[in-house]
Amino acid sequence: MTYVQDALEKADDGYLPSARRLERERFKRTRARRATALAALSTLVTGAVLFLVITRSPGWPRTRATFFSAEYARKALPKVLEGLLLNLKLLVVCGAAVLVIGLLLAIARTLRGPVFFPLRALATAYTDFFRGLPLIICLLMVVFGVPALRLQGVTTDPVVLGGSALVLTYSAYVAEVFRAGIESVHPSQRAAARSLGLSSGQALRHVVLPQAVRRVVPPLLNDLVSLQKDTGLVSIAGAVDAVYAAQIIAGKDFNYTPYVVAGLVFVALTIPMTRFTDWVTARMDRRRAQGGTV
Amino acid sequence: MSAGDDGMRTATEAPDGGPVLRLESVRKTYGRGTVVLRDVDLEVAPHTVTALIGASGSGKSTLLRCANLLEEIDDGAIFLDGEEITDPRVDEDAVRRRIGIVFQAYNLFPHMTVLDNITLAPRRVHGVPRAEAEARAHELLERLGLGGRAGEYPDRLSGGQQQRVAIVRALAGRPRLLLLDEITAALDPELVGEVLGVVRDLKEEGMTMVIATHEMGFAREVADQVCFLDGGVVLERGTAGQVFGDPQHGRTRQFLERIIAAGRL
Repeated sequence: MTYVQDALEKADDGYLPSARRLERERFKRTRARRATALAALSTLVTGAVLFLVITRSPGWPRTRATFFSAEYARKALPKVLEGLLLNLKLLVVCGAAVLVIGLLLAIARTLRGPVFFPLRALATAYTDFFRGLPLIICLLMVVFGVPALRLQGVTTDPVVLGGSALVLTYSAYVAEVFRAGIESVHPSQRAAARSLGLSSGQALRHVVLPQAVRRVVPPLLNDLVSLQKDTGLVSIAGAVDAVYAAQIIAGKDFNYTPYVVAGLVFVALTIPMTRFTDWVTARMDRRRAQGGTV
Repeated sequence: MSAGDDGMRTATEAPDGGPVLRLESVRKTYGRGTVVLRDVDLEVAPHTVTALIGASGSGKSTLLRCANLLEEIDDGAIFLDGEEITDPRVDEDAVRRRIGIVFQAYNLFPHMTVLDNITLAPRRVHGVPRAEAEARAHELLERLGLGGRAGEYPDRLSGGQQQRVAIVRALAGRPRLLLLDEITAALDPELVGEVLGVVRDLKEEGMTMVIATHEMGFAREVADQVCFLDGGVVLERGTAGQVFGDPQHGRTRQFLERIIAAGRL
């Protein structure tokens, strides 16, 4: 009955809810309770069916021993967590680099006028190429191709090279997200800024970009979550991250439980990020909301 | 088009021509206790026009939005043809099918042609075959002076044309009741006339309408009933002659004086 009580406490005009309203709200509560019960029941049934199908399958005991062994999980967890530190470092450094480079690429692509043609063409070619190139191939080429050149002073550190490959690919994705945002800002906004005497750059910096960035926050965070998982791919270069740590243990006894552990650790890391994304989106929606229940 | 012969009436409708719309002690609050409508009563008889006047923020738009169930009321009840539509057991979509609403900002769908804007609801909601829906759309467009505009996108039209398309879109579902929410507020004076002309024609044809408006001259001319809202309360109601000619309430007089001073009456 909190809703009605709320209304009562708020009312400063001696308002008392009518019997009609109380009845209406009683009905709505009953309906909500019924819907919740139904949803809970159907979830329970689906879960139970899935559980039975999996545990009754002929290969279940073998699968459980290979993928879900508690003993191996205990053994793998510390090593996996140790490796995870590398994934986190990669995420922070690469994420920052990707945002900056992506934004620069997007701005380069939206520049107008013939003077900027080379810049525009270059940025377009870059995004076209690296968005199309599978990340794994980009990684292999950078990680094994660059050291093969035997250039003086160029690092052969697999972490740095692997991170570079991630930045190369993700910058292209993020650039397109930023560009979509910039182009979604109505031209009249730019016109209004220019009419006040702001230069093209100032209009971009103070009027267009703030609106564009705000609009693309959800897809950006989406790419960030994706990047977080793909940091696991640097393991193919031999860097000991969470995935590689799992691989080492799994390789010894042909038990895949460490992989499952590593997978779960990544999921556990992604969930807060996803909830954060939801929260940011919801907050922006609330700000923009103009009332209405439809 | 007569509003009565279109088969949109329900079984519960009072056969003797009882009110099409009736509000009974409607209360509506927003957020933390801002009361927008307080104990509002209103009756709209068939084939009549009711004008809601009052300053911005007096609750005119909210009243219309509540009547179309776009906003949920806190207390009280709203009846359409004698049937309570604010009962949570009532299918909101079925109610909205019987009420047309036109917004101040047109709210046309920019990704659809004029024709598609108009035929969307008849085809998807009322299940009218495409040919029939389009024939009616063309007929309505023709009548509102928009023949030949069917294939255009809304952004290519002037504000007055867009608003007339919005009216056609609301009429296409053969509503029992038409709600007009300050439909001329975003138009320049030259275009106001063409839109108000349409409303005048609809009244001639017997459409039941509730109009929130700042066009006092128009309200005076077209309305059978005028309600002055102030702070979410219906302070004064009566015929146009009574409210404009002999306002009883000080607030009403004050409001009308300001309007006259601004040269809008």
